[in-house]
Amino acid sequence: MRNVASKPRLIREDGRRVDGRLPSELRPIRISVGILKNANGSALVEYGNTKVLAAVYGPRGAVPRSISMADRAALRVRYHMAPFSTEERKSPAPTRREIELSKVIREALEALVFTSLFPRTSIDVFIEVLQADGGTRTAGLTAASLALADAGIPMKDLAVGVAIGKVDGVLVVDINELEDQYGEADLPIGIAPNLGEIVLFQLNGVLTREELKQALDMAFKAAEQIYKLAKEALHNKYMKMLEEEVKTQ
Amino acid sequence: MKILVADRQIVRPGDCLAILEKDEIQQGERLKYYPERHIYILNDKVFSDTVGLVSIEGGSISVIPLEGFYMPRADDLVIGVVSDIGITYWIVDIKAPYKAILPASDVIEGFNPAVHNLRAYLNIGDYVLAKIATFDRLRDPVLTTRGKGLGKIVDGFVISVKPSKVPRIIGKKGSMLAVLTNTTKCEIVVGLNGYLWAKCPSEKELLALIKAVRLIETKAHMRGLTEEVKLFLESILGEKRG
Repeated sequence: MRNVASKPRLIREDGRRVDGRLPSELRPIRISVGILKNANGSALVEYGNTKVLAAVYGPRGAVPRSISMADRAALRVRYHMAPFSTEERKSPAPTRREIELSKVIREALEALVFTSLFPRTSIDVFIEVLQADGGTRTAGLTAASLALADAGIPMKDLAVGVAIGKVDGVLVVDINELEDQYGEADLPIGIAPNLGEIVLFQLNGVLTREELKQALDMAFKAAEQIYKLAKEALHNKYMKMLEEEVKTQ
Repeated sequence: MKILVADRQIVRPGDCLAILEKDEIQQGERLKYYPERHIYILNDKVFSDTVGLVSIEGGSISVIPLEGFYMPRADDLVIGVVSDIGITYWIVDIKAPYKAILPASDVIEGFNPAVHNLRAYLNIGDYVLAKIATFDRLRDPVLTTRGKGLGKIVDGFVISVKPSKVPRIIGKKGSMLAVLTNTTKCEIVVGLNGYLWAKCPSEKELLALIKAVRLIETKAHMRGLTEEVKLFLESILGEKRG
């Protein structure tokens, strides 16, 4: 444990954050869809320095058979951090944290995917964190839902993840690693923007009722922005195909 | 029903397509799902469940998926690859979430497992043109090769295409397929699971056909594609045909 005195100042005098963002400002977000040829669906999502790749396989015959269910498809999610994704090498073995995040992301996606259409099969979602700088689970959820859509798997809505934090007493959107480490609270939220539903909700730290309400408002606003980019990314895949076609001709 | 999108517009999962009038709202169930049309109705709104193109026909709205996989249906004509051999059946990969079963008694008359060697009829890796006899999602699809022209594919070429693009390769009332067969003079059998079986007069026509199919795959979401494919094929094959 580092000593508290070494905690950096997270909100500057001008009200901006360590990386110069305003409290309600997202990091630059880049999303691309359909980038892996071998996967049925894939997406790469970047929230600033956080980079997450998601790949979807299936629905396919469930292996081992024992995981298959007679009434719906088994959704399997593996959230994994690459050994090189963090500053200090991370052991590639799944940690407690990764198992937990795989579970919460799976539950978020289960709320959206029409699994009952494909009984006895499995839909496998692999979320690989390539570079971690805070908000990997939320970026992972966004990537996973886009990869599912790219695989053509019927689902109610896309899911968008965003983390709200409280640093130096101020609520901020899309926290990075430093703000997560030294902040007072971290609230990752997964939102299905069209349905207006929350599919993932965790809170680490303490928020008052008022703060929570405000944080939810901020999350919905931020989700709307990310959702717009996600929609564009799905659309761009088809536009890009056309451009490539023109070039080769 | 107030429709919010245009015909052939690209939509994504969760995009609202239409708002129902008061008298159209069905009481009781909150969510009504129409898997074949790729839409679902929640309260008074109609949503898409996939990435696809909107199709509005006679006041009915549906989404044609741009991505996806083949879902077996009874009576579909499919082309599969034999992937495994059992004692009384073959396992056939039909690019679906489920492996298909082709019973030996269907292919061999008076089948007797003690006498007949299944490998002599269909071996692993062989392509087979078959019809789906039964499928109900609770059990794996069962194929049949009883029918005209069905059975092992011994000549020509099998072209693999994305299953979601098959409707576009056939076209409205078979218009695209007619262009392909008339201009290339190839005999084409379309497996609905994403395989084309082509018998062409020569390699030149086959290559032209493959190029045309790839063009359809990449531009499946464009209008006026049938005409474009026709011009494309005529430019490759030189003289005007058909």
